[in-house]
Amino acid sequence: MEQTFAIQMKDITKRFGKVVANDHVSLDIKRGEILSLLGENGSGKTTLMNMLAGIYFPDEGQILVNGVPVTIASPKDAFDCGIGMVHQHFKLVDVFTAAENIILGLDSRQKLDLKAVAAKIEDICGRYGFVIDPYKKVYNMSVSEKQTVEIVKVLYRGADILILDEPTAVLTPQETDRLFAVMRNMKADGKAMVIITHKLHEVMDVSDRVAVLRKGQYIGDVATADTDPQKLTDMMVGHAVTLNIERPLVETRNLRLEVEDLTVLTPDGIKALDSVSFQAFGGEILGIAGISGSGQKELLEAIAGLQPTQPGSHVIYHPPAPDEPIAGQHVPVDRGGEELLGKTPRQIHDIGVSMAFVPEDRLGMGLVGTMGMADNMMLKTYRSGKGPLLDRKPPRQLAEKVKQELDVLTPSINTPVRRLSGGNVQKVLVGREIAQEPSVLMTAYAVRGLDINTSYTIYNLLTAEKLKGVAVIYAGEDLDVLLELCDRILVLCGGQVSGILDARTATKEEVGLLMTKFKKEGAQA
Amino acid sequence: MTQVSQHKDPLLRIVKRDAISRPKAYTIRLLAVLLSLVVSGAFIFAVTHLDPIRVYEAIFDGAFGTSRRSWVTIRDAMILLCIGVGLAPAFKMKFWNIGAEGQILIGGVITAGIMRAYGSALPTPALLVVMAAVSLLCGCLWGVIPAVFKAYWNTNETLFTLMMNYVAIQLTSYCVALWENPVGSNTVGVINQMTGYGWFPALFGQNYGLNVVLVLALTAGMYIYLKHSKQGYEISVVGDSQNTARYAGINVKKVTIRTMAISGAICGLAGFIEVAGVSHTISTDTAGGRGFTAIIVAWLAHFNTLVMILISFLLVFLQKGAVQIASQFNLNDYASNIITGIILFFILGSEFFINYRVILRGRKEADGK
Repeated sequence: MEQTFAIQMKDITKRFGKVVANDHVSLDIKRGEILSLLGENGSGKTTLMNMLAGIYFPDEGQILVNGVPVTIASPKDAFDCGIGMVHQHFKLVDVFTAAENIILGLDSRQKLDLKAVAAKIEDICGRYGFVIDPYKKVYNMSVSEKQTVEIVKVLYRGADILILDEPTAVLTPQETDRLFAVMRNMKADGKAMVIITHKLHEVMDVSDRVAVLRKGQYIGDVATADTDPQKLTDMMVGHAVTLNIERPLVETRNLRLEVEDLTVLTPDGIKALDSVSFQAFGGEILGIAGISGSGQKELLEAIAGLQPTQPGSHVIYHPPAPDEPIAGQHVPVDRGGEELLGKTPRQIHDIGVSMAFVPEDRLGMGLVGTMGMADNMMLKTYRSGKGPLLDRKPPRQLAEKVKQELDVLTPSINTPVRRLSGGNVQKVLVGREIAQEPSVLMTAYAVRGLDINTSYTIYNLLTAEKLKGVAVIYAGEDLDVLLELCDRILVLCGGQVSGILDARTATKEEVGLLMTKFKKEGAQA
Repeated sequence: MTQVSQHKDPLLRIVKRDAISRPKAYTIRLLAVLLSLVVSGAFIFAVTHLDPIRVYEAIFDGAFGTSRRSWVTIRDAMILLCIGVGLAPAFKMKFWNIGAEGQILIGGVITAGIMRAYGSALPTPALLVVMAAVSLLCGCLWGVIPAVFKAYWNTNETLFTLMMNYVAIQLTSYCVALWENPVGSNTVGVINQMTGYGWFPALFGQNYGLNVVLVLALTAGMYIYLKHSKQGYEISVVGDSQNTARYAGINVKKVTIRTMAISGAICGLAGFIEVAGVSHTISTDTAGGRGFTAIIVAWLAHFNTLVMILISFLLVFLQKGAVQIASQFNLNDYASNIITGIILFFILGSEFFINYRVILRGRKEADGK
């Protein structure tokens, strides 16, 4: 088969404000080949592909399709170039049938002939091995059927360059196998295919070549046959670097939080957390590692009282001893330990369990974008004080203090926080949680997108909390940091605990393998 | 497969502004108003060959030409302001309450009903208190029903509040038929015309003095409520992000229902002021579309109730002026409505340039400040 370049991307750069999502990335996509685009979350995979699909427009760089320079300014331009993308979140009209969705947006001059459409769909399905009922309504379909409709939709439009954004994230293993079979058929038909994923075994299984992105930069590409998961992990996470984060050992570690058989279901009824059990101690940083979406969010939210849990789950809180410096500011609880599940988020917060969760968009949870630092400081404490009116003085003082101590760059404490840079937003968030003087401090992705110096500020803050006797739970993405910052690391994989390691002796490889190890494919609902 | 081969940037690119200084934003708005006057002037001249300056004078004359006209302008601005104040908390919470129309009507109907039935039984001050309280409650109910459905079953509040309007209109129709006076007129007529029972008394020698005092007190109260109270803070948080509100331990359901209760109650009170303080009658036109106009008031003021005073005056001013030029120059109503439309279009359109800037092809992003 003739190996021609279907797409050449040259020096593509895309910035969102100050964040560089893609930094001079050059990528070639060949015909008759399945290319895996591999990278951690936030490494810029989806952004890069969205520029091919006409969703974003590159700030710099050039795109060539079949060797010809093109401008892709809209999804229609992308289709004209033969590029079709299947997004992670399906874009289908629920009340339409498969056939209606597939022809949606096509401007044909002829009379709409759904029979002919259905025949053409059957033809495509027959050629590549899909199974689809053109007359079935989308709301009656399973996730995998919806995905099939999405793929057929782009094929129907004559796409011969297909981009699949994390297609397997929502599929069962059997459905994944079926998808891969179809992909191989399409490859044999001479189509160019890109699959975005961060599941290594799938990369090894289906692709011919792997291109790796890390933090917006193109790291390189290798033929799948010449590599193995270990090498790919190294490329994806980078070489182990020495960070020199100070990690003092606290001698007296008291049991603070006991999590037993914690099970949480997603709204679809799939187990987001499956019988998770662990203990967290005061004076210790417990790291939580795992591929994104392995249940980290649900775990922290369940402890904070924001996720409904299944019967049989327990989260027992043991208060600090009365002579500890962190004891006393909070609502007294039973010395023998108290069940947190069933309490409201406010009650749990008042007990002293704090959470600073930094979501992907940074602002969605925990901060109010349109308010300034001062108003955000009182988000969890605004009820204190008598009377129906707000007392803005303490939050203002706190905002000034956080601004100074953490070097928050803001024109004023009243500037809406959404105008601050990501790093400063996170400092505000973490600063506020620490100011609550918690006895359990949970942070997730606290250094997401931060530069080195700011990250260190946050690490030092967390370590200082640990020395005070606080039980710190730190969910993170960067394995190097987890290994250097934490005392113990809990690894989540598919909602289950795949291991708890001593961070002082564990290696990056051990953690990496636990992260991708699917124990018997546990919960197959 | 067709090939797209041209290689150039799009002609215009629209980029969201990071931030804009307050003076700059107001300059843009002022420019928009001036530009709208120029455009509508050109329109007037093109269609009628009248001198635009004279037309503008007539507009001013229509709103403030005589003391009586001024008071009518003030009176109408106050009602509009009152409704806008009622909508402010709901819209700030991003609860699209387009049911003010119904909330006003239901408050107005109950006021008219009490006025008819108990006009002679109670002294007017007591009657006013009773009517105010009951209209508050009815408006509150009209606001709470969609809020409960939204909070517990996530129904679409836009459709729900809109449909509640029709229920209120039908109820009003029914009451109008029931209370018809004189029989066959298909109107209620002026209630207690001879006695004035249940009418707003004159205050400071002005018939509409009480209206002004009530509405301005509400406006100031709502300003403090939204900016400085704990509940107002909760409204802002819920409006910005329900997730954040959940994280902060705010009971989103409770805030939704409570806020809509307040919003509906104030709109119901606006119905009371309209019936007891202005028209002393009830019809399906009592709200007269002001429940919708007030949405513009609330939005343009960014839910700052003090700014709303200005906006509601501007809108009523334009409306009164429009009626004036229609009669003075023998233009029909539509011509004046077009002018109002042009001015509103420019004011609303200016918000786009405050939030976004447009970059021409070839310019770098940084130049387009």
